[in-house]
Amino acid sequence: MNRETIGEVGLIARRSVRRTFRQPALIVPVILFPLLLLAINASGLDVTKNIPNFPADSYLDFALVVTFMQGGLFAATTAGTELANDIETGFLNRLQLTPLKAPAILVGQLAGALAVAFIASVVYLAIGLIAGAHIAAGVGGALALIGLAMLVALAFGGLGAIIGARTGSAEAVQGMFPLLFVFFFLSSMNLPRDLIAQQWFRTIATWNPVSYLVEGLRSLVITGWDGTALWRFMVAAGAISVIGFVGASVSLRTRMERT
Amino acid sequence: MSNGIEIQGLVREFKNGPRAVDGIELTVQPGEIYGFLGPNGAGKSTTVLMLTTLLPPTAGTARVAGHDIVREGPLVRGVIGAALQEAALDPLLTGRDHLRLQTTLQGLPKAQRKSRGAELLRRVGLEDAADRKVGGYSGGMKRRLDLALALVHSPRVLFLDEPTTGLDPSSRADLWTEVARLAREDGVTVFLTTQYLEEADQLADRVGIIDHGRIVAEGSPQSLKEQIGRSSVEAIPANPDDREAIEIVLSQFGEPAAASPKGVAVRLAGGSESLGQVVRALDGEGLEVSHLQLHAPSLDDVFLAATGRSLEGDEEPEAQEEAAA
Repeated sequence: MNRETIGEVGLIARRSVRRTFRQPALIVPVILFPLLLLAINASGLDVTKNIPNFPADSYLDFALVVTFMQGGLFAATTAGTELANDIETGFLNRLQLTPLKAPAILVGQLAGALAVAFIASVVYLAIGLIAGAHIAAGVGGALALIGLAMLVALAFGGLGAIIGARTGSAEAVQGMFPLLFVFFFLSSMNLPRDLIAQQWFRTIATWNPVSYLVEGLRSLVITGWDGTALWRFMVAAGAISVIGFVGASVSLRTRMERT
Repeated sequence: MSNGIEIQGLVREFKNGPRAVDGIELTVQPGEIYGFLGPNGAGKSTTVLMLTTLLPPTAGTARVAGHDIVREGPLVRGVIGAALQEAALDPLLTGRDHLRLQTTLQGLPKAQRKSRGAELLRRVGLEDAADRKVGGYSGGMKRRLDLALALVHSPRVLFLDEPTTGLDPSSRADLWTEVARLAREDGVTVFLTTQYLEEADQLADRVGIIDHGRIVAEGSPQSLKEQIGRSSVEAIPANPDDREAIEIVLSQFGEPAAASPKGVAVRLAGGSESLGQVVRALDGEGLEVSHLQLHAPSLDDVFLAATGRSLEGDEEPEAQEEAAA
């Protein structure tokens, strides 16, 4: 990426962040909804910690990272919706008439989603700590948690951008949300894989890359610095990011067909 | 031709659809305002998308300011400005935000960006609204900002796709003034699509009339009207009960034309010279009229003569063209 492209990315990123912060409706639900679910699950399912071999001392510690995952999911819809809005309003046509390159638009557009994910992650962490969560990997682990949560947002943001670029419809992107949510529930989000009694569920959770994202984040909270969980996280996040970015680039290039 | 447009055999076909643009040939001289007039779905916007390099042609080619639209897309984009059919604005950004973004993306030197933005905001009369979000702008304000954004890099050729659709008469007149000034004072070549006869008549040096993807007439508004158009006569009965009888008399002199609610009008097959015969015929039947007026030929007459249909009131859905695009 040369200096000119970096400048273009920065410009679109500033616009994306500015737009995002002018829409409280994009930020507030991202923060409130996962925290609400956390509060319900942490209080209602706390007895789960009594299951033999349950890996955490409290269900709050175990479930805290689910909020980061849900924040990443919201990032996907934010990135896709923003891109679709630019197509619907014709703003993409305006950008097409400038020397701007498609990848710069894509990366810049993801900046707004990442900004939301960053703020949300800081709030999740702060509320979690106030509620009594303990981060086994310490202060460094807490910072790493925020960093990895941003990677999750980037990975899912790319998937959202594919739908946004292909359909050019904000409604279609919103429609993707429940589908991704199913992937979340078919993972080790609510229970460790080795404690899932149903064999079919455990098999799906084992093949579901979301499990490795959850387990990587969770390891920092309940285990400490777990190399295996973290490299599996990086492979899963990297693979989803590559698929998302390449897919979105191709879709956007097709959408921005110009001579 | 440094700032002009040359189009040769331009065609655009869409999957499972008719040819939206079907072999257009035309030339626009540098500094000229060319009005591309036609009903919704005629192929105007598709032509503009091809000329602005946003849509590859199926066949044929065009040169804009000397650059081939197919092989030299980036060079074309460097010398054109475009305000497309929908004002392509971000409702969450302010007018000044838009100009800041556009001046940077168009590569203006940092020192010039602020002053150029301020100059354009002043020129389009948006100084006072510059720091308001565009979502709160009126239709006219959005169109003016869209025009300002198209002018950021001082383009040599300007494409305006139905720039005044939906605007009130005052906003429309303001925009016409600015477009005319751009051509006369700055020498900008303007390619303007419109479905408004009055707009083409008042603003364009030359007009190309497009229908079903083909140019059916071309020339200056005056010459077109002289060549093809026919005068029409409108009579308003003194007694409303005589309306049908007057229609029968007038029908001897030509086919029906658009009239006021109380009036009856026909296009005079014999031209304005037959007005005397009309008066004598009405008098012969003992029909009194409160108002009799001869209308000079309009561009709608030209369109009617070329296509057999009237442009005014033609309601072919624009969505057809948009969906195809």
